[in-house]
Amino acid sequence: MQKLLDSASRFAHPPAWARTLAQRNLAFVLTALLLLVVFPLSLSGFRLGMVAKYLTYAFPALALVVCWGKGGILSLGQGVFFGLGGYAMAMFLKLEASDPQSTSIQSTPGIPDFMDWNQLTELPYIWRPFQSLPFALFAVLAVPGLLALGIGLAMFKRRVGGVYFAIITQAIASVLTILIIGQQGYTGGVNGITDLKTLNGWDIRTDEAKIVLYYVTALSLLCIVLLSSALLRSKLGRILVAMREKEERVRFTGYDVASLKVFVFVFAAVVSGLGGALFTLVVGFMSPSFVGIVPSIEMVICAAVGGRHSLLGAIYGSLLVNYGKTFFSESLPELWLFLLGGLFILVVMAFPNGLAGLDVKRWFVAARLKQLGAKLRQLEPAPTAPSEPHTEVPR
Amino acid sequence: MMGQPHLLEVEGLSVSFDGFKAVDDLTLYLDNGEIRAIIGPNGAGKTTLLDLISGKTRCSQGRVTFKGEEITTLKEHEIVQAGIGRKFQTPSVYEELTVFENLEMAYPSKRTWWGALMSRRTRAVIDRVEEIAELVYLKDRLNDRAEILGHGQKQWLEIGLLLIQSPDLMMLDEPVAGMSLPEREKTAELLKRLSQGRAVLVVEHDMQFVESIADTVTVLHQGKLLAEGKMSAVKHDPKVIDVYLGH
Repeated sequence: MQKLLDSASRFAHPPAWARTLAQRNLAFVLTALLLLVVFPLSLSGFRLGMVAKYLTYAFPALALVVCWGKGGILSLGQGVFFGLGGYAMAMFLKLEASDPQSTSIQSTPGIPDFMDWNQLTELPYIWRPFQSLPFALFAVLAVPGLLALGIGLAMFKRRVGGVYFAIITQAIASVLTILIIGQQGYTGGVNGITDLKTLNGWDIRTDEAKIVLYYVTALSLLCIVLLSSALLRSKLGRILVAMREKEERVRFTGYDVASLKVFVFVFAAVVSGLGGALFTLVVGFMSPSFVGIVPSIEMVICAAVGGRHSLLGAIYGSLLVNYGKTFFSESLPELWLFLLGGLFILVVMAFPNGLAGLDVKRWFVAARLKQLGAKLRQLEPAPTAPSEPHTEVPR
Repeated sequence: MMGQPHLLEVEGLSVSFDGFKAVDDLTLYLDNGEIRAIIGPNGAGKTTLLDLISGKTRCSQGRVTFKGEEITTLKEHEIVQAGIGRKFQTPSVYEELTVFENLEMAYPSKRTWWGALMSRRTRAVIDRVEEIAELVYLKDRLNDRAEILGHGQKQWLEIGLLLIQSPDLMMLDEPVAGMSLPEREKTAELLKRLSQGRAVLVVEHDMQFVESIADTVTVLHQGKLLAEGKMSAVKHDPKVIDVYLGH
């Protein structure tokens, strides 16, 4: 009986990791079904394209869950990495779209149109490697990663953290936007890089291509969820939580806190860059309006609304916030930013764990299991608790 | 100095904050197997001394040598890896993690990001965690989150975090602060047991506790060494009575 009781009480109070594992797997399968089956079957091509776009924003939101929600490193410049990934992809696509035939009316055929308008007569050096698809794909991940490495080393080794770090990342987002807008001949300026047509000869504008790109985005996102969840389940994941809580204690446990932070920040940047590249493919252009402060903060809000501790929450947060953005931008464009700010305040004040914190099913199951455990315990006489004298001694 | 070097040698150590000398020309030696208590009134420089040894604060003069190697300029995590563990004044454990995870995190292997990513919960880790948990009276709390532990149990858990790394020197800042009497007794017993094969440096206010555990007592006052010796002798030192015990 005692054995049965033990196993029953273990069932009623499973260790935290077992609870989250079961819950995550179910939630993950449901999310995968939603993304891979329900959306493609129920939405029109146009709406599916929109969802694909929203899902690309989920990459930086997911990155923020790992970096900010778990590791406590708030980056207000995630758009920088999203943008760099997006631009790397757009540069390849633009070069492919600017072959000499289709640009024959330019004074210098064979270079992107905006360069021609800006009196450039040959392809700049930094653009040349982007003629190669393997290089562009490599750059999608490497450029954001290397920039994050540089920022991370410069900041974390000097123990810049918390709100100061957040402000610096925000400043970097602002600087990069200004740089892109200012260097029109090299970047396409405020319009960005537009009129993208084909990827290695495959037209990305057809309806069929939209569906393929939707699946590529959704599958990549699910892969990143699995990868991130493996990361969080490893010892490194627990060190991240420990670092957020008691950084000094981690340092005095023999860990080089700075390098661990750099790693997480780079990971977040690479994931965001991948999202940016997919965004470029899905939407067909890239512009500085996806790089700066406002999109970066939107990414933080997506993560917060979904629940900044929940990987899957980031997906739902991104879908919800961006759907809201589309909806309100169509009807009440001037109100959207106020609504967004209000939403953020509401989430922080009332639902600090976001959508993921509203897990009704878990409450239900937990309550049932507790009842069951209590009933089983009533069957056995309660063991007498050793009464320990707890006297506070005045010092 | 001739002969065998001491485990820890602090020589001529000074640090000043804006002209205020928090620790002033302090010299101190510590040997293996010794429990040393550092006492002194508030502001005597006790915690600052721990900060200096553990690398949290950089000294302006003097040097610290550990196992014959100078550690004055090493980084905090390098000093920990050299074998010096430190407990903070307020219990500093990871509240959101379980007791097991707390200890597992402190297990001294794979301390790079790659190592931590690839680290697996092997039998050796589990055994060691359980062994330490037993030692610090937390064996039956392994799956509880640290936030629900009592204050004294958190203190023990933090001692466990140090212990799992088998440090050669453990520095404990007020280990029994806020503990009940039975907990204090258990802590004294624990400290005696774990001083086998290592040195323990304790900063403490509680005189009774100090007397029950420490071999030697170092009294600090205004950053300077005031007296050093057996508690029984120090207690009757008129200088000590004047600045500290008399109050």
